[in-house]
Amino acid sequence: MPKKSEVKIIFESIKDMPPLAVSLYTMDYNKTGSWRNVRPIIDYDKCTYCTICWKFCPEPSIDLEKIEVDGKEKFKPIINYKYCKGCGICWTECPVDAIYTEEESE
Amino acid sequence: MRKVIIGNHALSYGAMLSRAQVIAAYPITPQTEVIELLSEMCANGELDAKFIKVESEHSAMTACVGASATGVRTFTATSAQGLALMHEVLHWAVGARTPVVMGNINRAMAPPWTIWTEQTDSLSQRDTGWMQIYCQNNQEVLDSVIQAYKVAEQVKLPAMVILAAFVLSHTSETVEMPEQEKVDEFLPPYELEYKIDPDDPHAFGGLTGPDGYFELRYIIQKAIEDAIPKWEEVGEEFGKLFGRSYGLVETYKIEDAKELIISSATVASTARSAIDYLREKGKKVGLLRIRVFRPFPAEKVKSLLSAIDKAIVIDRNISFGASGIFYQEVKAACYNEKNKPPIFGVITGLGGRDVGKKDIIDIYEYVMKQDKVESDIIWKGVRV
Amino acid sequence: MKLSIPEEEIMGHGHLACQGCGAALAMRYALKAFGRNTVMTFPACCWSVIDGPFPHSAVNVPLFHTCFEAAASTASGIKAGFDAQGKDVNVVAWAGDGGTYDIGIQALSGAAERNDDIIYVCYDNEAYMNTGVQRSGSTPYLSWTTTTPVKHPKQRPKKDIVSIMAAHRIPYLATASVAFPEDMITKFKKAKDIKGTRFLLVFSPCPPGWRANPENTIKLAKLAVLTRVFPLIEVENGRVWKLTKKVRTVKPVSEYLKLQGRFRHLSEDDVAVIQENTNKDWEILMDKVGEKD
Repeated sequence: MPKKSEVKIIFESIKDMPPLAVSLYTMDYNKTGSWRNVRPIIDYDKCTYCTICWKFCPEPSIDLEKIEVDGKEKFKPIINYKYCKGCGICWTECPVDAIYTEEESE
Repeated sequence: MRKVIIGNHALSYGAMLSRAQVIAAYPITPQTEVIELLSEMCANGELDAKFIKVESEHSAMTACVGASATGVRTFTATSAQGLALMHEVLHWAVGARTPVVMGNINRAMAPPWTIWTEQTDSLSQRDTGWMQIYCQNNQEVLDSVIQAYKVAEQVKLPAMVILAAFVLSHTSETVEMPEQEKVDEFLPPYELEYKIDPDDPHAFGGLTGPDGYFELRYIIQKAIEDAIPKWEEVGEEFGKLFGRSYGLVETYKIEDAKELIISSATVASTARSAIDYLREKGKKVGLLRIRVFRPFPAEKVKSLLSAIDKAIVIDRNISFGASGIFYQEVKAACYNEKNKPPIFGVITGLGGRDVGKKDIIDIYEYVMKQDKVESDIIWKGVRV
Repeated sequence: MKLSIPEEEIMGHGHLACQGCGAALAMRYALKAFGRNTVMTFPACCWSVIDGPFPHSAVNVPLFHTCFEAAASTASGIKAGFDAQGKDVNVVAWAGDGGTYDIGIQALSGAAERNDDIIYVCYDNEAYMNTGVQRSGSTPYLSWTTTTPVKHPKQRPKKDIVSIMAAHRIPYLATASVAFPEDMITKFKKAKDIKGTRFLLVFSPCPPGWRANPENTIKLAKLAVLTRVFPLIEVENGRVWKLTKKVRTVKPVSEYLKLQGRFRHLSEDDVAVIQENTNKDWEILMDKVGEKD
């Protein structure tokens, strides 16, 4: 199975390399959150846990956490800012305007 | 067991005995009998292979490369225009390290439309990284397919077994059929370190920048260099099992030779009878037939040429703007040597024009009158 | 509460797709439908880059990169390789519109005519996006691209790839949209369980290539269906045509066009022609579906 790595792998020598261009690692090293100009923030007071934001995220950079609300199992969406590119689909598609935005400072 | 078969069927039997598992091919004259017989073999159960009757040579080679990457033995055959159409995928097979084996029937390139023999089609593919074996008779065609799988699978590079259009492809010769059990013993099952497998997912051939591509090319060059001794070892091992040994090159009457005629494929076998004639006349001439052209047997060529007075390379091919292609390679191999003879390059037999014993004798006698090499091309038989 | 699409994520994050990429969403849904016993082959397309550089990959299923015109034939070869080993693996050719409508159509037609047991997915973003927005056979009428500048936008309609593939009498073909993932995943799962050549066309907006705001990807994909520009259908054996998404309130094409910079140059008359063409195409489709609306 592909391994995780925090950095892009560059082989120091052919001794470390597979004999052909074959992948051995995931893309987790590539923290695409740095592409983001605008940060989406979920207002959990408004969120109805409909999961539409999760459904339409192209990264995917919205994780789901199973929670209990009024005795019912719900999926709470949690934005993974390491990878969120800030495309804006989630706040555009949110049916209850529960996602607001802030400009990224750097 | 002996069988009288055409060269094209020698390819089919070679693939069958090697237990090719996936075949993908598209018809082209003069290759069609190869795939017709393979279709029969698959239909009647003699060969347990999946045969994809693709819509082009490009698809034939991409299907072979894809199948090979899953870890199965693959085969295809083509000629001239078909090989040219595959060009992009020939590079792909090498970069993907898929040991596809292919038969190529040497046919001259169009236009004008022509179907007769010439080597420019396969020699145009010399820089792709494919190994190339030029055969001189049908027995060698069959035996070379089996050896090609063995070498290709060891070095993870594809190989092309090459024969002349009509001169071999459609000419019947007696061929000793290797026994299946012995071929199985000779050719172990195909194993791949990295293969397409849902239980061990990898991406193959992903975008590679200057930080890695260079090394991957170095690795391929080392792999094809490794194939040089492998062709000798495998040819010798084949000889032990089947009584017919092969090497990178074949020599004939070279022990006391002062001159060498260097050629390939069926022109080389014609040259053998010319040498017999010249030897009777007291001439000290021998033959060097280059069987494996890629990887190029440079060390063999250098050592054989170090002790002679004149070399004559006969090419049934041309690199326009330069010269005959075997001539270039032989000359380049010897350039840095201290002891090297003058090397004369002859181009003859393009587009299937007959190259007979007398033509080769004429070439020899012409070169014997020359003190030095005046031009990179001596034209033989062209009406100017 | 039940999720409307499978929870498991096979596609990983960190991939190189642009913000709001329709093709990335298409892959995410496709892998949810197909599962891990899947092998993909990509010709040259956006996904050749999106997946990431050697030795990394984002898809987490085996992926074989192949040349531009060879997605279908490579898939046929891979499938034959597994068949020869007695392994049952779902083999998927995954191509953009250039690799499908244009340079790859020969290999696709060949595989479909042979009815090779592969799934061919075209994620359609209506131009050569990976090379910087050049027109393809899929680019719609009057669209701007870098090779069809606004002074001379594309003069020919989008190629009707659905009818071309239906004419091959393949067992199953369907159109899908990233705005309707439940419908898409249903179709992809259905395709997975059918033998023979299956063709799936996924409408995948490209924000940079369409000169659209990335946040509008889903909105645009939805409007393409609601305006009947991209109907959601299934065709079985090339003969039985079904509409899988009926639109109750049809919207004018102008609503779809106005959100995209690639149509900014259109006059009112141009928009009227596009509306008329859309209506005509819909009538032809309804004849095939055998429905009146």
